[in-house]
Amino acid sequence: MVWFKKKEVTSEERKAVDALWSKCNVCNEIIYKKELERNLNVCPKCSYHFPISAQKRLAIVVDEGSFSEVDRGLTPVDPISFRDIKRYSERLEEAQKKTGLNDAFIAGKGEIHGCPAIIGVFDFGFLGGSLGSVVGEKIARMVERAMGERVGVIIFTSSGGARMQEGIFSLMQMAKTSAALSLLRREKLPYISVLTDPTTGGVTASFGMLGDIIMAEPRALICFAGPRVIKETIKTDLPPGFQRAEHLLQHGMIDLIVERRKLKETLGRLLDLFSH
Amino acid sequence: MRHYLDFEGPLRELEREYEELQRFAPRDDPKVLARVEKLQRRIAKVREEIYSQLTPWQKTQLSRHIDRPHTLDYIDLVFEDFIELHGDRGFMDDPAMVGGLARLDGEVVVVVGHQKGRDMREMGYRNFGMSHPEGYRKALRIMELGARFKKPIITMIDTPGAYPGVGAEERGQAEAIARNLREMASFPVPIVVVVIGEGGSGGALAIGVGDRMLMMENAIYSVISPEGCAAIVWRDGTKGPLAAEALKLTASDILKLGVIDEIIPEPLGGAHCDYQGTMTKFKEAVSRHLGELRGVPEEKLLLERYNRFRQMGAFMEE
Ligand SMILES: [Zn+2]
Repeated sequence: MVWFKKKEVTSEERKAVDALWSKCNVCNEIIYKKELERNLNVCPKCSYHFPISAQKRLAIVVDEGSFSEVDRGLTPVDPISFRDIKRYSERLEEAQKKTGLNDAFIAGKGEIHGCPAIIGVFDFGFLGGSLGSVVGEKIARMVERAMGERVGVIIFTSSGGARMQEGIFSLMQMAKTSAALSLLRREKLPYISVLTDPTTGGVTASFGMLGDIIMAEPRALICFAGPRVIKETIKTDLPPGFQRAEHLLQHGMIDLIVERRKLKETLGRLLDLFSH
Repeated sequence: MRHYLDFEGPLRELEREYEELQRFAPRDDPKVLARVEKLQRRIAKVREEIYSQLTPWQKTQLSRHIDRPHTLDYIDLVFEDFIELHGDRGFMDDPAMVGGLARLDGEVVVVVGHQKGRDMREMGYRNFGMSHPEGYRKALRIMELGARFKKPIITMIDTPGAYPGVGAEERGQAEAIARNLREMASFPVPIVVVVIGEGGSGGALAIGVGDRMLMMENAIYSVISPEGCAAIVWRDGTKGPLAAEALKLTASDILKLGVIDEIIPEPLGGAHCDYQGTMTKFKEAVSRHLGELRGVPEEKLLLERYNRFRQMGAFMEE
């Protein structure tokens, strides 16, 4: 296949191709980016729901003009001077530059079909949506704010799990957020958890799975241990569809699977049902 | 026979020689006696050298030492009247988690903890201390008894992590852990948590929400195992020692970060070198903390527990 190798693809050319086309994680279909965006970043072939930025998520779900962000000034620090091949502080700077966000989570107050709620959204583009101190603090404050205003909480997850660069503090955010949700529960205010691709590790094993209502987007990977780790442990192939939203629904772990274009309507109806 | 770790090499040679002398050399020979005394001094010195400056990785190894006291050893040697309770009432009894009712200095308490094995057969049976969802659900069920019948809860953490398997995932590993975190935050009785060995991520935390958090001196507590961390960032699981350094997972690191209240000292060489000595220190610390929590009004207890976790983390606010 000499002809194939004759011309090396330069990184510039690759960038140009990546800028125009996306490959579906599930069915490998190559999709024109503009078409994908028109379709709310849902694969037209297999209806896999691509991860989307927090901003985009809010634009899809929240009533236009109703969202006001809170705790925007919360900024991550490097509490254990973590360094692998790069310093955590450098990784943070890069992620901040890339996403324009301080950390992997946007919290605020907004309305969905006129129903007010405290809403939080992960941004997977920021260090894989990992759960660090800033994310944990924002969620705890969301819950406290919701209790103050007597409204429900909605969290859209998309996360690789705990942010190991913050060491034990990242693990403790699981306890912190779950403790906060225990108060919300006592106050009898609803919490809706919307799991989107991918939701894994410490995020699933805390507020992810604690929703009064747990929703997921189609085909979303939802798990505690990732498929690669499990495969290495048990040394056999995993069942087809394992850890995808449909699989979890079948095993009784989530309430419903909702397509992205129906998400707003479904959330609005639920908030309305809870508020009466 | 004692199991030696790689960094204990120099000690192994000396101790073998010492044992042989003790066993085979004539005791009344002054030359032998002198040699024995010299060896004893040398052993003491080498022990001091090795154990006074353990690296995070060496502590990780000690925390996983096969001879280290496990939950059932503590229950056996520190508590009285233990009755083990089994099963999650849903699917199975998970031997990687144990628990039940017992007495501590006469007072009725609830104890739960991860359980590892000591030989290959028991390790398999206990699944190396890695619980399935049923383990966490059993622990929750037993702790809930404490909450309802007003008995303090003592938990012992010693696990590499929650088991990553197909059944575990399908039956809700994440849900089981999450539920425990939420419920433990609201049990209206004192909860004392002790990391006795390996505190491996979410599977450890699942019985780790309490009013007091203690760690044995050579225990570790980490968001991810050093090997797992190394596999992710260096793509090389053998870089565990580097990751152990980076993760700040030793008891002294965790104390500095304000996540635990106290370190329970271990005998030189680790908890397995002197069970009785270890148990005495463990019992003293746990009883003292329970004593301080006794009589604290429910509302105050829960508020302080909430605040303890609420303030965990580090960030700036602009
Ligand atoms: Zn597709």
